[in-house]
Amino acid sequence: MSLSAAVALRRGALDLAVDVEVADGEVLAVLGPNGAGKSTLLRVLAGLLPPDGGSVVVDGRTWDGAGVHLEAHRRSVGMVFQDALLFPHLTVADNVAFGLRTRGTGKGPARAAADAWLERVGLPGAGSRRPAELSGGQAQRAALARALVGDPAVLLLDEPLSALDARTRLVVRAELRRHLAEFAGSTVLVTHDPVDALALADRVVVVEEGRVVQSGTPEEIARRPRTDYVARLVGLSLLPGTGEGGQVRLDGGGTVAVAQEVSGPVFAAVRPESVALHVARPEGSPRNVWRARVVGATPHGATVRCDLAGEVPLVADVTATAFAALGLTVGAEVWAAVKATEVAVYAR
Amino acid sequence: MSRAPDRTRVPAPLLVPAALAVVFLVLPLGGLLVRTPWSELGAQLAAPGVGEALRLSLVSATLATGLSLLLGVPLAWVLARSRARGRTVLRALVTVPLVLPPVVGGVALFLVLGRQGIVGSWLDDAFGVTIPFTTTAVVIAETFVAMPFLVISVEGALRAADGRFEDVAATLGAGRWTTFRRVTLPLVAPGVAAGAVLCWARALGEFGATITFAGNFPGTTQTMPLAVYLALQRDPDAAIVLSVVLLAVSLATLLLLRDRWLGRGFA
Repeated sequence: MSLSAAVALRRGALDLAVDVEVADGEVLAVLGPNGAGKSTLLRVLAGLLPPDGGSVVVDGRTWDGAGVHLEAHRRSVGMVFQDALLFPHLTVADNVAFGLRTRGTGKGPARAAADAWLERVGLPGAGSRRPAELSGGQAQRAALARALVGDPAVLLLDEPLSALDARTRLVVRAELRRHLAEFAGSTVLVTHDPVDALALADRVVVVEEGRVVQSGTPEEIARRPRTDYVARLVGLSLLPGTGEGGQVRLDGGGTVAVAQEVSGPVFAAVRPESVALHVARPEGSPRNVWRARVVGATPHGATVRCDLAGEVPLVADVTATAFAALGLTVGAEVWAAVKATEVAVYAR
Repeated sequence: MSRAPDRTRVPAPLLVPAALAVVFLVLPLGGLLVRTPWSELGAQLAAPGVGEALRLSLVSATLATGLSLLLGVPLAWVLARSRARGRTVLRALVTVPLVLPPVVGGVALFLVLGRQGIVGSWLDDAFGVTIPFTTTAVVIAETFVAMPFLVISVEGALRAADGRFEDVAATLGAGRWTTFRRVTLPLVAPGVAAGAVLCWARALGEFGATITFAGNFPGTTQTMPLAVYLALQRDPDAAIVLSVVLLAVSLATLLLLRDRWLGRGFA
């Protein structure tokens, strides 16, 4: 059992050409900015949108292919949307039982299965209520039960947590993780939130402007981003350049000293907390030191995130105390220092 | 802070015409009630022909509404969802009866369904069926005039409905027909109900197309509006009583619309 898709579709400004492979029991996160084509990809997989070309094959059966388009209602999918989209005119239990009823299950067994699933997602006894009486988190749990009750081959999640408030999102994310671990089929999760992708997925593909720009395990994506978008998501400054022995000559000008011998095209990645700011040029030790100007400062918990402009564009996290002690303001001229051992470097 | 009250204070150049408009719209109805011979109300209502006209009006308006629902809801769906070319032209054609003088509609119906008409002559030859000047003709005339109200109302509701619910239904194994029955229709039910009430009220008041196509025969085609018109010429008091009855029915319709459907979202 698996999902294998190569989807090509042009629609307005969007030119989508994405290949995904999801094994049985695996969770694939499709991460990308708004308008990258993530949701369109999901609609194609669900059968709501026929692709211009390519194929969608599930468990050896062709859903989309040359001359073949299996309609959405004939596919074994479960889908959860950003807004739970529970049918407002049905009770919660009838919502959950809907897919079983359309596929021919009798009223009694469908209702029993719905109640069992509501219990499983933590909503025991909510079956007779109306969707309008549920909170956002409860509605999304019911929507998940509705998608999973028919035991689909493929589960499609379209930004399932982004409509929830921060606290609820934490709770529902943890529950979703548990349900995904128990789910036997293939899951495709679309999100623009890296935390969702990193917490829920076995594998991540990053899609920008209709193309896969990076794929790998969540850890690889977080440690070695390959585009600015991913780097910003995971909070790294990404500096492309060319390795020359113990240093990287940056494409944008300047050099970065690194702790290993490198050659050829590489990325140097710098974590914001490893960037130290000084008012005067710091002395001693093999360090990278650059002149920079503070162009933005945003409080971020107990730290202040400073955007730096200069020969090497960086992001620095300094404690609020240090920010005040250094007398930093937007427009201030500073020295930015990074230890060579703090720079991650990897081939482009 | 002081802007909100300013905006709600009505400027004099608007206030005066607005007040005149209210007088203009309410005064005739008030006059009708003042002139109503309340003491003779019972006797007038019991007069022969009145009950008959009222019953015929209610039955034919209800049948016309039923026919409009049966044909109009699917048409509204096509107008709202189909991407076929010529949809704009189709909508324009369908809404013509809204702006067409009803008398013209009656003439047109007569020309098509009359004994000499294109369809009418065939019906006569093949089945021996004659439509004009029958109760069937009343229902057809009322449907012709009133159905666009239902179509427009339902189409609006369908457009306003969130199409993603239909996507959800599809991913849950529901084909198009099942989705329509179990998701789309319940979602737009308030719009369908409002459209049906509007349609019914319009059919109840139908005069021009009915008198032209169905004639004015007591018992078979004489509906309330026709009876009012006729009564006004020989017995004004009877006309007033009949009018008050129609006014009461209209007000009841309005109340029904406001309380039951228009003022309420999906609870």
